[in-house]
Amino acid sequence: MLDMTATIIRNFLTKPHTRLYPITVREPFENVRGNLDIEIEECILCGICSKKCPSQCITVSKEEKVWTVDPFACVYCAICVENCPTHCLSMDKHHRKPVKVKEMNRQVQVKGPEKKK
Amino acid sequence: MATIVPFGPQHPVLPEPLHLKLVLEDEIVKQALPTLGYVHRGLETLASIKDINQMVQVVERVCGICSCIHAHNYCMCIEGLMGIEVPQRADFLRVIWSEMHRMHSHLLWFGLLADAFGMESLFMHAWRIREKIMDVMEATAGNRVIISINKVGGVRRDLSQDQLKWILKVLGEVEEELDKIKPVLTNDYTVKKRTVGKGVLTYQQAYELGAAGPQLRGSGVVQDVRMTGYGAYKYIDFAPVTEPDGDSWARTMVRFRELYQSIDIVRQLIGKLPEGEIAVKVKGKPSGEIVCRSEQPRGELLYYVKATGENFLDRVRIRTPTFANVPPLLAMLPGCEMADVPVIALSIDPCISCTER
Ligand code: SF4
Ligand code: SF4
Repeated sequence: MLDMTATIIRNFLTKPHTRLYPITVREPFENVRGNLDIEIEECILCGICSKKCPSQCITVSKEEKVWTVDPFACVYCAICVENCPTHCLSMDKHHRKPVKVKEMNRQVQVKGPEKKK
Repeated sequence: MATIVPFGPQHPVLPEPLHLKLVLEDEIVKQALPTLGYVHRGLETLASIKDINQMVQVVERVCGICSCIHAHNYCMCIEGLMGIEVPQRADFLRVIWSEMHRMHSHLLWFGLLADAFGMESLFMHAWRIREKIMDVMEATAGNRVIISINKVGGVRRDLSQDQLKWILKVLGEVEEELDKIKPVLTNDYTVKKRTVGKGVLTYQQAYELGAAGPQLRGSGVVQDVRMTGYGAYKYIDFAPVTEPDGDSWARTMVRFRELYQSIDIVRQLIGKLPEGEIAVKVKGKPSGEIVCRSEQPRGELLYYVKATGENFLDRVRIRTPTFANVPPLLAMLPGCEMADVPVIALSIDPCISCTER
């Protein structure tokens, strides 16, 4: 009984342990696997990422020079990031915001990576 | 006259798709008949379209709570078939994360049990403590639950000295918090009233019906797959936690004491953590058959893998502990009151999604 009273008083005097999301947002930790980004001009369109991806959510089209990821099928495992030979994929520590319409993340390459001589 | 009352698959206290037909006489349960299979996902078929490395991410999703242990077991199978020696550091790191998973799983279950017998404040305290462990996982592994840390040949991330220090600090805090809620569990009238003497499973029954994990140890059987010394468990000393009574209370106490045990194991591991590589390069394809076992928070997990030297596995058969714990549950229910069914069903820590891989 005494323990309980002490706990109750403490709970009245301290801040709640939860946050009023989305008004207060905690900064994500470093190295968290959040959003998947691509530096599309560095990509050589080799398609390794799409072959290694366990959820098969990446499609690479060499002819159209398009790299597409379905952010709603991606499981954020970062396997693609680890296997990309040009290191053009990266993961941001921030998570994707909720959306109303599901859209593919479609990136079109304009110039392409600079050829090494 | 007997009445049949359906329990589940959608039930306020049991958010798991398990259906029990309860044959009642007045308020007393005479018989319980289970139905499973509401969320079957056909994982074995997936193995024919996902290659051996992608399967790591697939088996992680068998269970939403102990993902790391599934991946660990699967990797042990493939490494066993290919004769890969995992670096010692990787073994230690795998077990550190596995024990973290065990702790958060037990705390989650503990909260759910408290919620089932109507003690909402205890539920919130348990989940508040669990959040500290979730933070550790998010910061060290990159995700909260499905941490994707294992790969065939080792682990994907290392722990720095600072992170290890921080983990030890958090474990200290968790231990302190556990000490605070321990008296509630051991002395509180409400908790005892709903758990002591309910759903008794005797030593003989537990053994014969093939119970697993805390359910088995709660009936006094000394068995823990971690004692076989897979992974880094061979380098540390610990003894299985057992309780003799076999009722819901005993199972609760086993899990509660296992929380302290896990804290101790992680401390030992961090103390002995060797330096070195965290992964080896893997070449070739597995072939042959293998069975690997590991200890999940809910009990023994068994993988049977058959490979034919190709990129895709022939068979991946997974036996999860909840599947083994359903027959003992059916033996526990007859004789109890209708109102006690939710608490008894929860006391086996059911993970039905795990069962229906
Ligand atoms: S692996 Fe990298 S370089 Fe290759 S297609 Fe994918 S993103 Fe482009
Ligand atoms: S993070 Fe994983 S699931 Fe997402 S695109 Fe990369 S490999 Fe595929």
